[in-house]
Amino acid sequence: MQNNPNTNPAPERDIILKVEHLTKMFGRRKSQAKEMQAKGRSRDDILKETGVTIAVDDVSFEAERGKTFSLIGLSGSGKSTVVRCLNFLWQPTEGSIFFNGENIADYSPQQLMEYRRKHISMVFQSFGLLSHRDVLDNVAYGLEIRGIDKKKRTDAAMRMIEMVNLKGWENKNVGELSGGMRQRVGIARALANDPDILLMDEPFSALDPLVRRDMQFEMLSIQEKLNKTIIFITHDINEAFKLGDQVAIMRDGRIVQTDTPENMTQNPADDYVRDFIDSADKAQIYYVKHFMQRPACLIRQQEGVALALKQMRSNDLSSAYVVDNRMKFIGVITLDNAFRVRAGELSFDDAIVRDVPATTRDTQIADLIPLASQARFPIVVLDEKGRLEGIISKAAILTSLQ
Amino acid sequence: MPEWFTRFPQALSLDIKKPIDDAIEYMVQNWGGFFDGVSDTLRALLLWVRTAVNIIPWWALIATVFVLTLKTSGRLSRALLYAGLLLFVGIIGLWEMMYATLTIIVTSVILSLLLGFPLGVLISFSDRASRLVRPVLDTMQTMPSFVYLIPAVMLLGLGNVPAVIATIIYAMPPIVRMTSHGIRQVDREVVEAAQSFGSTRFQLLTKVLIPQAMPTIMAGVNQTIMMAISMVVTCSMIGATGLGSEVLKGINRLESGRGFAAGTAIVIVAIIIDRLTQGFAKGGVEHAE
Repeated sequence: MQNNPNTNPAPERDIILKVEHLTKMFGRRKSQAKEMQAKGRSRDDILKETGVTIAVDDVSFEAERGKTFSLIGLSGSGKSTVVRCLNFLWQPTEGSIFFNGENIADYSPQQLMEYRRKHISMVFQSFGLLSHRDVLDNVAYGLEIRGIDKKKRTDAAMRMIEMVNLKGWENKNVGELSGGMRQRVGIARALANDPDILLMDEPFSALDPLVRRDMQFEMLSIQEKLNKTIIFITHDINEAFKLGDQVAIMRDGRIVQTDTPENMTQNPADDYVRDFIDSADKAQIYYVKHFMQRPACLIRQQEGVALALKQMRSNDLSSAYVVDNRMKFIGVITLDNAFRVRAGELSFDDAIVRDVPATTRDTQIADLIPLASQARFPIVVLDEKGRLEGIISKAAILTSLQ
Repeated sequence: MPEWFTRFPQALSLDIKKPIDDAIEYMVQNWGGFFDGVSDTLRALLLWVRTAVNIIPWWALIATVFVLTLKTSGRLSRALLYAGLLLFVGIIGLWEMMYATLTIIVTSVILSLLLGFPLGVLISFSDRASRLVRPVLDTMQTMPSFVYLIPAVMLLGLGNVPAVIATIIYAMPPIVRMTSHGIRQVDREVVEAAQSFGSTRFQLLTKVLIPQAMPTIMAGVNQTIMMAISMVVTCSMIGATGLGSEVLKGINRLESGRGFAAGTAIVIVAIIIDRLTQGFAKGGVEHAE
């Protein structure tokens, strides 16, 4: 794989998917191509003489459970072929893929079907949605073909639709949706089966940059909730670094380097990787105002603890922001403290945490990193008079970084 | 200059007329039982369709056309026009004839779809089957129908039965082609998505491919119906009843009026069926997009 001396072999990595010496060729005269390859002939020569395209050439990597593995490369580098081999949409020419230690090539057709139905699902670049079905029936498709009854699959699908923030759109035809919304449907559909592994083949490439950023952010928050193993294919190095715990760079069907984003930035394996990393658009500077959100749970001081509890419950949050009548920020009340107030152990005033990091809307995100790394709560955004304008979460700060 | 250079050489000659005559003669003499069976089955089906068509009272058919046109086009003027045109067919005394023609068309179209749709699905999956079937379809569409009318009569006798066979031969190719075309055209990622979720081949076909191809398939249905209608007059030459035979009588007896009246009725039937099935196909397209 890579020859980076800085990577320490971590002893207890939980490997869910292991790819060993994966090779995929397209064309008829594969055996001849293999011979030529053994003699060290180039990919172009082989294509010219035999008509065989070597899309993937001796690729190996390991994906850790619950982590995101980004596979990045230019178009034609073979990354989409790799991902299609992982669920056997395309059968590898050579090499093995192990899922939880089982070689997928040994699966019977029945087992392969089960593997696809329950353990691995995929999100596509141009969405791959069924245009003759509405959003709900698209999301429920994977459950439907497993023979799960209508009520159950509708419930499960609705939960996923809510998670990707498409509630209220479930009966719309997918043709009525914007690109970003369509890909939300694609993600909800892939997640509805509750798979162990999520394959994402350039899922955000077809979306415009602003929507793409939203979707990346949303993906991180979904990942925070569900902890899936994600194989993420992209040609955008920013995206790969933002989302990936591990990143592998592909070139001409081979993996050039596999590493964490930090290590890769510090020790690029060769000039190709260095150029790739340098191509990352570093000029983009983001401010707090680009990423701040309205707090979901906002209560006024005199409204008291009962309302705070009710709001936290209905929003499924563990803290609420307390302001006075003029929106001046007072502090945060946590769910624990609110319960203690109700039990009479604490006064409402004492329960409010007042020592909350604050910032202003025109601060650069980069300046917030030290603050964010220590903060227990999202950072509050205040105007010059101390009024609450919004909040900015740690995740938003970290995702905005290149 | 040698003669073979300017004229086709007489030495190169092969008589294929006689073997074909012999083959048909052989079939007439030895496969009579089989063709009687085919003939009886078709006759029973025709009878059944005729009964079904004749159950519909004249006013109900006109009302149905009115309602369907209104629903598919959403325009009252068009619905009134089509209902009026249909009424006109009755007024010029060709209502019964029209029903006889509809019987043959409906029977032929049902059989064309029953045979053609599965064949279309098959050749969409298999390139080899496709290579095999396509030239046959081309032949079916381009071979002048008179050529197979004669053997059809020899094998099946005169009447509506050989008419149905001839109509099927002519009208079946579009549904085969369009079904196959529609299925092959389904977006690759959509197919991959369905496979990646673990669809069986049958689920892929019924839940993804056919619904996605439906607008194209409906266009094929429309073409098949239109081609079946276009065979009406030809088939009257081998004894098919209905509007076609009226046209033929008009020609034979030099009664232009009779010919034009029946011809107009055929045009009216064709237009109404065409617009209605196109309306359905379009409804499918709008739904799909």
